[in-house]
Amino acid sequence: METNKKKAPVAKYLVYLGLIVVSLGSLFPFYWMFVMATNPNSMINQTPPVMIPGSNMVSNFQLVLDSIPFWGAMLNSLIVSSTITIGVLILCSLAGFAFAKLEFPGRTMLFVFILGTMMIPPQLGLIPTYFIITQLGWLSDLRAVIVPGLMNAFGIFWMRQYISSAVPDSIIEAARIDGCSNFRIYWNIIIPTILPAFATLGIIVFMAIWGDYLWPLVVLQDQSMHTIQVALRSLMDDRVRDYGMILSGTFWATVPLIVIFLLFNKLFIKSITDGAVK
Amino acid sequence: MARLQRDAGKSNDHNTMSNKEPQEPKKRSFSQRQRNMASGYMFISPFYLLFAVFGVFPILYSFYLAFFRWDGLGDMEYVGFNNFNIIFNDPLFWKSLYNTIVIGLMGTAPQLIVALLLAFALNSVLIKYKSVFRLAIFLPYVTSIVAVAIVFSVIFSNQESGLVNAFLGMFGVEPITWTRAEWGTKVAIATMIFWRWVGYNTIIYLAGMQAIPSDLYEAAKIDGASLRQQIWHITIPMLKPFIIFTVFTSTIGALQIFAEPHIFQGRAGRPEGMSIVLYLYRDAFGSNFFGTASATAIVLFFIIIVFSTMNLYFANRIGRSKKVGVK
Repeated sequence: METNKKKAPVAKYLVYLGLIVVSLGSLFPFYWMFVMATNPNSMINQTPPVMIPGSNMVSNFQLVLDSIPFWGAMLNSLIVSSTITIGVLILCSLAGFAFAKLEFPGRTMLFVFILGTMMIPPQLGLIPTYFIITQLGWLSDLRAVIVPGLMNAFGIFWMRQYISSAVPDSIIEAARIDGCSNFRIYWNIIIPTILPAFATLGIIVFMAIWGDYLWPLVVLQDQSMHTIQVALRSLMDDRVRDYGMILSGTFWATVPLIVIFLLFNKLFIKSITDGAVK
Repeated sequence: MARLQRDAGKSNDHNTMSNKEPQEPKKRSFSQRQRNMASGYMFISPFYLLFAVFGVFPILYSFYLAFFRWDGLGDMEYVGFNNFNIIFNDPLFWKSLYNTIVIGLMGTAPQLIVALLLAFALNSVLIKYKSVFRLAIFLPYVTSIVAVAIVFSVIFSNQESGLVNAFLGMFGVEPITWTRAEWGTKVAIATMIFWRWVGYNTIIYLAGMQAIPSDLYEAAKIDGASLRQQIWHITIPMLKPFIIFTVFTSTIGALQIFAEPHIFQGRAGRPEGMSIVLYLYRDAFGSNFFGTASATAIVLFFIIIVFSTMNLYFANRIGRSKKVGVK
């Protein structure tokens, strides 16, 4: 808001104070995760709690590696998230192109149907989907997460909106006169134009799949097939909890995301707002 | 949402234009139409195929399964509405519904208000280092829900040495058994939701505020509107679509809460933090009561519909009464 500059400085400092308090509250759990991840359990259980990083960074992480297949789980998450992201980008842009630029009977109705599916809570079909996966023999198989994940109504909606405003009809008409097939038009005209939309939707989908928990928990039962989220939870299973070890695993699973975010934070924040606002 | 309508209008214009425009030989446009039909259906077919297998069929089957007793292995036995009777007579079901709503309110209502205030602060011309604050506030969103739940499970640990207990201890408060206390559990879970989502909603409100044309404020200032009047009559009404969006997604998200209680209270779960989805999950994959779990899924579906409709209804009413003030 554009306020008059003569506002009392006291109010300004209060706003600063509020922002600083909230920022510290946001950042503190990250710092504290690191403190716990580097301290031995004996230090962690004392009162008052330790507040300075210790020297057990490596040994705590070694305990994580002994307890869960950390790297395997990270790899599983990476495979699942990137396969779904690439698949969703292709399928959704194809469908978005069709809904935005191709005439066919029932187009509006079919599109409204897709919008309607976004209202359905994913838990509604959870149990039968589990049995479909069982029938397919995909239990503890990454395909159980990947294949249903390729279905993304929001992505189609979003791509349609983007393509209909970003690609002028005249270019498509011109390409047709040159004898381009619809797929050639998609490949040579649509894709280069919508690369920014790929970045945005890609981030949204990747984040959502990376953090997904309930469905992988249900279908990826075998420990070697766990995604990192399911694997991290199993750190909490021990009767005597080693908080240094637990937070070491959580910390190192979170670090890559923080690094990626800090590198691309403008794009990241733009993606999240674009995804919400459209 | 406003932009959606605008875009839809725009694309309609394009379409009507392109319908009139092509004056090429008739033969070609006829075959072109056929080709467009063929590729149109082909390009959208993957979604519909996937949705048939992993959407329509499971949903219909859930409705079917809700009327049967089934352990997942043996024969199914038709039981009529008995599964619904069972869950409606289970105090734990009602407890889980109550918990879901209470935790949802505790986690989202204060959060959205704080997010709105933060967005105001970050949008003010008087504040410097905005990008640093924005980054700090948004960072929790990058953390996965599971990681958030684990970190806060340790912060709210039951031991005397737990961070929150140690802090409260400085004021002479006895250690709280967070994972077993009725309100302790809810406070801990609501804190997790608050921490992860407040930055996300702030960023969305901020985007909304930055989209408001500044000449609106200029005009209001010339007319002698105070800061408060500007906020109430310009900022809030213009933010309406954003507020609707955040309330809507927060409500639906809160109704589906699962990971936080599942991690905080352990795999077996406990009544203090039991949510509807956790209740469903335990029924199905803990006890193999797939019939009653399906009944719960259907009840959840209707609860979500009711809450969504209520949301839209109130959102429309609030917006309308304020818009009068703008014009």
